[in-house]
Amino acid sequence: MSSKSAPPPGHTDPAILRNFCIIAHIDHGKSTLADRMLQLTGVVDERAARAQYLDRMDIERERGITIKSQAVRMPWTVAEGNDEGAEPGDYVLNMIDTPGHVDFTYEVSRSLEACEAAILLVDAAQGIEAQTLANLYLALGADLHIIPVLNKIDLPSAQPEKYAAELAGIIGCDPDDVLQVSAKTGLGVEKVLNEIVKQTPAPVGDADAPARALIFDSVYDTYRGVVTYVRVVDGKLSHRDRIKMMSTGAVHEMLEVGVISPEPVKAGEIGVGEVGYLITGVKDVRQSRVGDTVTSQHGGAAEPLGGYKHPNPMVFAGLYPIDGDDYPTLRDALDKLQLNDAALAYEPETSGALGFGFRCGFLGLLHMEITRDRLEREFDLDLISTAPNVVYQVTMEDGSVHEVTNPSEYPEGKIAEVREPVVKATILSPSDYIGTIMELCQAKRGQLGGMDYLSEDRVEMRYTLPMADIVFDFFDQLKSRTKGYASLDYEVTGEQAADLVKVDILLQGETVDAFSAIVHRDAAYSYGVMLAGKLKDLIPRQQFEVPIQAAIGARIIARETIRAIRKDVLAKCYGGDITRKRKLLEKQKEGKKRMKMVGRVEVPQEAFIAALSNAPSAEKPKK
Amino acid sequence: MPSALPAGDPAPTDGTLPESASAGLGDRPFGFYVHVPFCATRCGYCDFNTYTAEELGGGASRASYVETAVAEVRLARRVLGEVDLPVRTVFFGGGTPTLLPPGDLTAVLAAISDEFGLADDVEVTTEANPDSVSAPDLEVLRAGGLNRVSFGMQSAVPHVLRTLDRTHDPARVPAAVDWARAAGFDQVSLDLIYGTPGESLADWRISLDAALASDPDHVSAYALIVEEGTALARQVRRGEVPMTDDDDLADKYVAADEALAGAGLGWYEVSNWARDPAARCRHNLLYWQGADWWGVGPGAHSHVGGVRFWNVKHPAAHARRLARGESPAQARELLDEETRRVERVLLEIRLSAGLERAVLDDAGRAAVPGLVADGLVTEVGDRLVLTLRGRLLADAVVRSLLP
Repeated sequence: MSSKSAPPPGHTDPAILRNFCIIAHIDHGKSTLADRMLQLTGVVDERAARAQYLDRMDIERERGITIKSQAVRMPWTVAEGNDEGAEPGDYVLNMIDTPGHVDFTYEVSRSLEACEAAILLVDAAQGIEAQTLANLYLALGADLHIIPVLNKIDLPSAQPEKYAAELAGIIGCDPDDVLQVSAKTGLGVEKVLNEIVKQTPAPVGDADAPARALIFDSVYDTYRGVVTYVRVVDGKLSHRDRIKMMSTGAVHEMLEVGVISPEPVKAGEIGVGEVGYLITGVKDVRQSRVGDTVTSQHGGAAEPLGGYKHPNPMVFAGLYPIDGDDYPTLRDALDKLQLNDAALAYEPETSGALGFGFRCGFLGLLHMEITRDRLEREFDLDLISTAPNVVYQVTMEDGSVHEVTNPSEYPEGKIAEVREPVVKATILSPSDYIGTIMELCQAKRGQLGGMDYLSEDRVEMRYTLPMADIVFDFFDQLKSRTKGYASLDYEVTGEQAADLVKVDILLQGETVDAFSAIVHRDAAYSYGVMLAGKLKDLIPRQQFEVPIQAAIGARIIARETIRAIRKDVLAKCYGGDITRKRKLLEKQKEGKKRMKMVGRVEVPQEAFIAALSNAPSAEKPKK
Repeated sequence: MPSALPAGDPAPTDGTLPESASAGLGDRPFGFYVHVPFCATRCGYCDFNTYTAEELGGGASRASYVETAVAEVRLARRVLGEVDLPVRTVFFGGGTPTLLPPGDLTAVLAAISDEFGLADDVEVTTEANPDSVSAPDLEVLRAGGLNRVSFGMQSAVPHVLRTLDRTHDPARVPAAVDWARAAGFDQVSLDLIYGTPGESLADWRISLDAALASDPDHVSAYALIVEEGTALARQVRRGEVPMTDDDDLADKYVAADEALAGAGLGWYEVSNWARDPAARCRHNLLYWQGADWWGVGPGAHSHVGGVRFWNVKHPAAHARRLARGESPAQARELLDEETRRVERVLLEIRLSAGLERAVLDDAGRAAVPGLVADGLVTEVGDRLVLTLRGRLLADAVVRSLLP
């Protein structure tokens, strides 16, 4: 049923436009379904089809997630007498891809704003996951029409009736309305396209009003500069326009307007309801921010579309090159990544233990991991990262307020109050684990907000938790205590005052800044004991005794001792040994260069790496 | 498997040395080391270049060894030229030199004497296995010009000797010492090993006391090193015996120093003690004081005027080369000024005579006050001398002095 005589961009009647996105958990088959749609609509022929066309970057492919969204314009002709009862005719479908992860909630919300409908795609063998549910709530909040679809119905383990009932229960529809497909085989996908036409409301906007378009994505391209993806709400954007970013008032030359199908296609203009891209020659995505409104410089709109937010980093960590000589490479690499990542923040930082590096701010843990991965992979860097931490507001008794993004900058003196960010966490799990999860959340200072059964054996639990605990080891613990069955989503909702202290680790009386941590008073002791014990095993013996202490201010809460080394001499050194001994000395001197000095204590870089990387590891929500 | 030789530059087949090596030749003491690469059995801890009869294969034999060794002595003379070079020390080591008929050792010594001449006060040592030496052997050796003997005692404790694969009866050691004295050896030395897996501190004290009961002139005490490629290393890796423990080795070193000093033997090198300066092993001092020596035999190392060279390892290869009139040297390295300085630091700091401060560069001198404050070295006139703690941490001291 494909048609290659697609209506040209810029003059498309909004009545035949259908803008939709797909909400799905990572491995539930979103990319496969999207591929299938690209083939059925003829924009990608089968032979040329690259598997999972929408996921551009290698990292996305490996992790099976979509970091940056794209929008593809697909022509679709609804046949006469189709089973779905859709109005026959030529249509234009804009499929807007959404980032699938918790850290990118705001980006997801902007992608959703560009659509009128969302396909809720769920694996028929697994049921809905917490992040999908969270995105579904976002879609409902954005007033999107929801089209429920179960995928992978060809799997032997599929339970379509059970999960159709679950979806129906969640969105309030009839289980019979849940479409059933196998994106892999193509079964039912044509039906989905017709249902999109039938169910998705056509976009509504004022063609004669000043232009207003929502930026829902912004990508840096080495050759083209920043490519900005927009959904036109009112008026039109023409390649002759100069455009204005309404949040900043910045004006840019328009170099190109077009649509993606699935390669960029230039257009003279794009109008109401259309989805396309703009190229303005800016080199940095921070000048073209997701959520901002684009208008014309002359006769532009007075009021922006609502909902713009500046992305604020929520998780901070120090990133250091293992080889100090790589510092300039790291700086250049961060500069380059920032061109494509408006949420990445960084500033130079010096650590006594780790040397020169950067304190980096991320939207969340996955954002941090992806950034680190890309730095190591694309720029061939070996990095150490300090344990991630959140942002604290510290109010002193004299009334001054400090924002602390690095534990080693925790203020000294009399502190009146410390506030920490809290998240609203949604956990979906088999009901067998309710007790276990409650125990874990209580241990992490969580407060139960509510609990609902999604089906007879699956439950949704809502907790308010300190974000610091999520960043520390919550996800790993949740996964291990529920044998991997529980899924987690969270959203930063505010902050709370808490009894927090800074724990320092001292080597022979010298604070090792890389190990300072802000923790709840009740957890301080165990953190101190854990790290001191670990360092005792990792730091080689020195010529003198080295005390390792954990301290809150001047108060020592844990102590270990590395005993002095007593023997460091080769017993024999005769004629044939001399050359060997000299070579050994040269090797040892090389080794010494990689030592970091903490006061008089020589600490091998490896000890820092091991101590930091073995620390209860950061959340890695891959599934 | 014996330990590997270092990598170096190729050595010419005729053995010619660079011209720089002959500068000052004859001004420095000169000696011979003769490596006898044979053992009755291989001990589990040993990584020396030595072969049992079965390991030796064809092309070399104990019987033909003397001929090969003599050929190398003659080659040494050709290479070094007709310089007046009286030999101050000769040392037969191994392996087990006493596996050879005593006449073989004296024949090699005679060849050295023939080619170079011996200094009046020449020191001629052989290592001897208490198992494979007899009173008549010792008499032949003494009569043939040897005047110092070093017995491989290792331990007086049977279970320790067993772990080391040493086969001798501990009671054999004092007997051998008596025979040596009776034969007229001026100097008798005992070699000990401490830190063998399973050896307690009490065991070690027993060995020390037993050694001292024989009233030796000299004692060498070595910490056991678990060398890669030895049977012992494999046993450690398999968890059959525990790895040596540095704290235990330190305790035993301190115990040795106490016991030996108490019996009137003073340390003059990290692992060596002597009754008086005359009892010090002058041959070993050649190594430590940057003098010249020629190493005869498979895998033997030589040093002449800033050139280090070493022979091919296998006895058959060694014999074959000499039979063709070629040098057995496999490779060599030329030491530049800085390397010679580095070697001086790492060797001389190990001596009780200490290291002359002037050998250090600025950075090395800057480290001295810290080492003194830490109690690792003392300053004696213009020399730096290790303290007891410093001897145990000598390699760390070297790293500080050569930053």
